[in-house]
Amino acid sequence: MYKIVICFSIAMTMGVSKLNAQNLINGKKIFETRCLVCHQADGGGVPNMNPPLDGSTGVNGKDIARMVKIVTNGLDERVALDGMYYNNAMTANPDLKADAIADVLSYIRNSWSNKAGLVTVAQVNAALLKNKSKKK
Amino acid sequence: MTNSKKNLLNYVFNIFQIKQQTYMKKGILFLFLMVGVLSINVIAQQNAGLELPAGFKANLFAENIGSTRHITISASGVVFAKLNYPNKEGNTIVRLEDVNKDGVAEKISGWGKFGGTGIYLKGNSLYASSNEAIFKYDLNSKDEVINPLAPVTIVSGLLDRRQHNSKSITFDKANNIYVNIGAYSNACQVEDRKAGSQGKVPCDILDSAGGIWKFDASKQNQTYKDGKRYATGLRNVVGLDWNTQANQLFVAQHGRDQLNSFYPNLYNDAQNAELPAETFYAINEGDNAGWPYIYYDPSVHKKIVSPEYGGDGKKEGSSEFINPVVAFPAHMAPMAVLFYTGNQFPEKYKNGAFITFHGSWNRAPLPQEGFFVAFVPFKNGKATGEWEIFANGFAGVIDGVKVTNTSKAKARPCGLAQGPDGSIYVSDDTKGAIFKISYSK
Repeated sequence: MYKIVICFSIAMTMGVSKLNAQNLINGKKIFETRCLVCHQADGGGVPNMNPPLDGSTGVNGKDIARMVKIVTNGLDERVALDGMYYNNAMTANPDLKADAIADVLSYIRNSWSNKAGLVTVAQVNAALLKNKSKKK
Repeated sequence: MTNSKKNLLNYVFNIFQIKQQTYMKKGILFLFLMVGVLSINVIAQQNAGLELPAGFKANLFAENIGSTRHITISASGVVFAKLNYPNKEGNTIVRLEDVNKDGVAEKISGWGKFGGTGIYLKGNSLYASSNEAIFKYDLNSKDEVINPLAPVTIVSGLLDRRQHNSKSITFDKANNIYVNIGAYSNACQVEDRKAGSQGKVPCDILDSAGGIWKFDASKQNQTYKDGKRYATGLRNVVGLDWNTQANQLFVAQHGRDQLNSFYPNLYNDAQNAELPAETFYAINEGDNAGWPYIYYDPSVHKKIVSPEYGGDGKKEGSSEFINPVVAFPAHMAPMAVLFYTGNQFPEKYKNGAFITFHGSWNRAPLPQEGFFVAFVPFKNGKATGEWEIFANGFAGVIDGVKVTNTSKAKARPCGLAQGPDGSIYVSDDTKGAIFKISYSK
């Protein structure tokens, strides 16, 4: 019985980590095609223009809904982040589906020096719903 | 001894010899490397980390004074620096004086609460710009500001919509100010930086931005209606200077971004990294440089219709738009222009233009470029069309590799000014270094 449980747990763990790895690979692809040009390969951003993702308190924070909103709608306002200001307008990504948003956010939150939690599709859906109802 | 044993011995002996030679070679190589590294370090320390042409030397005039944009220098050698943000003392204008004339500022003070880029000293008047206004301070005979808390407003109400909001200033021989009002947009799309959004026809941004405006410096409290749009179709000009020999305004434009991001079917990453040119223009009143309708392709030396306005990457734009006098590689971000009128540098530099380049970001995923000061030779008030790197190495080196990530650059060249002895000064707006570059035979 124990053996079965252990086997099952291992399988579960492996399954989950496999899933995460695939998600992070997808997230990396999305990052490279949509985000890298402004936020840069090292996640360092561009001073005064495009905010850094690496080490950012926003990116590593708990407000998943805000992150989802920024990815979906873009951002056209002065960004104050960690004592600096950034002025460039960010492109919206309205065509990104919830699973893709979850993947790219998970990738960003676990790249460079970032070590924040993965973002699930359920969290993204909840955020999209929240952002939608706010709009109304 | 059998043959096989002999062979084995020979083999071992050979290996020993080869190894010995290799060790010796390695040792010599190592020595050379050490000498090389040491001499590079010595050179780096001698010239504040900069690579310069023979006969030039550089030193740090100041460090860590804040996000230093443009700089200007009095006849006695006092440097005034305009900061983008308040520094740790809470000031946005910094006065630096090299009292003992050792090439390093010892007496440093500051004032001002408004961030911005422009600063220009004319006679005893010090003009400084925020991102929406131009103010005037008065200096006494010691080049000290008399009215730090009460500047006179020369112009106000200029558009600041975050993007391209630097209000760089220069003067002609009369008392006119030329100010850049950058376009608050990449390519005048209906929705800025949105894939598929068309360009506005006509581009209404040009009514109040995307050009150079001229104001009379002797009048107070002016706004748009008191000025004149001197040149248009300029997306964002941070660097501009008056060429006194040609009696003409010259401006350096930041070209548009993201051709590949929004039009991947027309431009790949490598093409975007080289398109469009950063352009340097000789301006006559009423000129139109063509933004947003065209961009300049340096590989074919042509004005090409922007894809937001129906371009396909090849279609040529209207000839009503002016051509640049020099086309620089894309995205390097020209920040200041200085026509050299000093007598210290060799003859070839006289009346030529120095241009600072901030360093690119939109060449990604290809490596970034720029982070240097370029020199553009002039003959009889006209650019020869050539250019060369004058001072390089501002971005620094990490683990023996030249820095190409924009945010990791140690220094990013921004402001430029000429000292009374003919040295030039280059500012950095990351932490606020000011480099002094001099020449001696």
